[in-house]
Amino acid sequence: MAGKQKLTIQDLAKIREKTKSLMTIREGEGRARVTVHMGTCGIAAGARDIMDALLEEISKANIQDVIVTTSGCAGLCGAEPMMTIEFKNQPPVKYGHLTPEKLRKIFVQHILGGQMATDLVLAVGSETVY
Amino acid sequence: MKHYRAHLLVCAGTGCVSCGSFKIKEALEEEIKKRNLQDEVQVVATGCNGFCERGPIVMVQPDGIFYQLLTVDDVPHLVEEHLIKGRPVPKLMYVPPAEKQPVPKMKDIEFFKHQRLIVLRNRGRIDPEKIEEYIAFDGYEALAKALTEMTPQTIIDEILASGLRGRGGAGFPTGKKWAACAREKRTPKYLICNGDEGDPGAFMDRSVLEADPHAVLEGMIIGARAIGAAKGYIYIRHEYPLALKRMEIAIGQARESGLLGEDILGSGFGFDLEVVEGAGAFVSGEESALIASVEGRIAMPRQRPPYPAQRGLWGRPTVINNVETWATVPNIIRRGAAWFSGLGTETSKGTKIFALVGKIANTGLVEVPMGITLREIVYGIGGGIPDKRDFKAVQIGGPSGGCLPAKMLDLPVDYESLTSAGAMMGSGGMIVMDDKTCMVDVAKYFLNFLQDESCGKCVSCREGTQRMYEIVKGITEGKGQESDLALLEELARITKDASMCGLGQTAGNPVLTTLRYFRHEYEAHILDKRCPAGVCKSLIRYVVLAEKCTGCQSCKKACPNDCIKGTLKDIHLIDQSHCIKCGACKEACKFEAIEEQRDEAIQII
Repeated sequence: MAGKQKLTIQDLAKIREKTKSLMTIREGEGRARVTVHMGTCGIAAGARDIMDALLEEISKANIQDVIVTTSGCAGLCGAEPMMTIEFKNQPPVKYGHLTPEKLRKIFVQHILGGQMATDLVLAVGSETVY
Repeated sequence: MKHYRAHLLVCAGTGCVSCGSFKIKEALEEEIKKRNLQDEVQVVATGCNGFCERGPIVMVQPDGIFYQLLTVDDVPHLVEEHLIKGRPVPKLMYVPPAEKQPVPKMKDIEFFKHQRLIVLRNRGRIDPEKIEEYIAFDGYEALAKALTEMTPQTIIDEILASGLRGRGGAGFPTGKKWAACAREKRTPKYLICNGDEGDPGAFMDRSVLEADPHAVLEGMIIGARAIGAAKGYIYIRHEYPLALKRMEIAIGQARESGLLGEDILGSGFGFDLEVVEGAGAFVSGEESALIASVEGRIAMPRQRPPYPAQRGLWGRPTVINNVETWATVPNIIRRGAAWFSGLGTETSKGTKIFALVGKIANTGLVEVPMGITLREIVYGIGGGIPDKRDFKAVQIGGPSGGCLPAKMLDLPVDYESLTSAGAMMGSGGMIVMDDKTCMVDVAKYFLNFLQDESCGKCVSCREGTQRMYEIVKGITEGKGQESDLALLEELARITKDASMCGLGQTAGNPVLTTLRYFRHEYEAHILDKRCPAGVCKSLIRYVVLAEKCTGCQSCKKACPNDCIKGTLKDIHLIDQSHCIKCGACKEACKFEAIEEQRDEAIQII
């Protein structure tokens, strides 16, 4: 990144822009947070492929403000593979019975576009936690 | 660089490295490869997180989970659970003392919660060996501003307005130092970074150099622009190999990117830096001694004035600042003097890093706003005294500092308050002592250090520290006389008044503050021949209580000096003339038949 070329002030700003977005993850904050459920049931149902497709789409789209995490079984093992999408100050949205194709659709529509892919949504909001 | 869904930030400060953090890093990388996660999970070595007590430390982002005391055997489980199944592993998390529930997130842990990071803002966040990660978090932005939008005078004005004072000990206003040097007409001028951190138990500068070397470089380049220096030196002690390595890497990267050398960022301004390895003497931290050492001479201070700003390195105008001071500079330039002076107290602005060590639950490195109380540091961040012992004193400011007692715990930490209490800010060492500490013994320890490290140039310091050490040593051995205390005070005063440099001028402090706050302990040693804390070996002895001894021979086997006599099932006897007072017998005895005696009766026998 810091090549043999001498930096100018514009270069410095460019490096900052380019790397900063890759580093937002170190702050633990982003525009959206996508959780792929990877309990035993999720993995058995193909969550690995969903994760691969998701990461591929993210790098293709060249966006860095989406945080990808994994979590355990969400309790509805029959609907695996599942994923939850959270935007700041909005209720989490769960998608189920995913395939890489469905994921790509959700990615474009919801993660990039901000519109829920209503036909694929499993539930909106989270369980009450006592 | 590419996008990773998770970053594992492995602490690679000296503390964690010596606990094996590089092995943890290797194991993580291996396991991640085995699980085929290398394209989605990144492992990064960062600078010291400060919570050295709990190393090796790994922080997982974006989840903010803090794992501690890791071993290589924990790694496969950690990867499987957290990174594959997304379940953080509670058994590897921090559990606060006297609590049962782990605290998963770093930001919720008491130790981190109350800190305010400015100088250490990049610790545990960036890889110090990668310049682009420093740039990502606004690195070199202040330099760009200083080179394009500011003149040397406005840079100096900004530093003056910020109220920044030297973090190395004396607390001289940094802006004034720079202004004095900028006024000098003679060239060339030089800059020096003082990284000769010599206080026992202090490691602030080391951590800054290891965690964020580019911050120090950036501060120095800005300083060079302000005073018009073309060459600078970074003096790092030889005992800090990791800091030396990372600084060399940083300088190499900065040169390659044109941030050092000629025509920096196309501004026409040129500056270069060199690392000088110190040979390790406490006195080389004194600025004129350090300059002598850079010049290749013996590190001996000289009379000031003239100050280095007028006659410094090779007789030329020189600005010399401490590591922490330099690393603060870019933050002030980037965010403005008003922001910086909004932190802290009337006379002490900004934050200060302290190395919190001794009898404290959370040993480590903390950055706190000036004006915070000692109590907040010791009990809030530090987690109090371990093993349910009582707080006795905190030693602040290194060997030249002082010991403050429990009644001073609500003292605000700023330059003036500490000095008026008899201690000093110093470079930021903070040694906490519990009720098992003997304050006379502590004074003896520091005097021994000082008489050893005195360069010997001033008679008052060379002889004064030695005589004080001998007297205090005598007191701990039960040879003290009533006249000793007055003599000690007189010696401490003379050493202070008649010595040339900071070492001698503050050498009396350990004696003066312990006498001021713990005089009764000296008196117990001298008048009653008794060490109240049971530390001074000449004033305690171990005896076998005949009525409790079963003759089991455990103590006899435990004694490293073979001075316990007795046959099986007979009462044992300790040969006092050979006993080294190690207490091993007391620990070995299952019947509480060995007693440690601390009263005057000892002397009669």
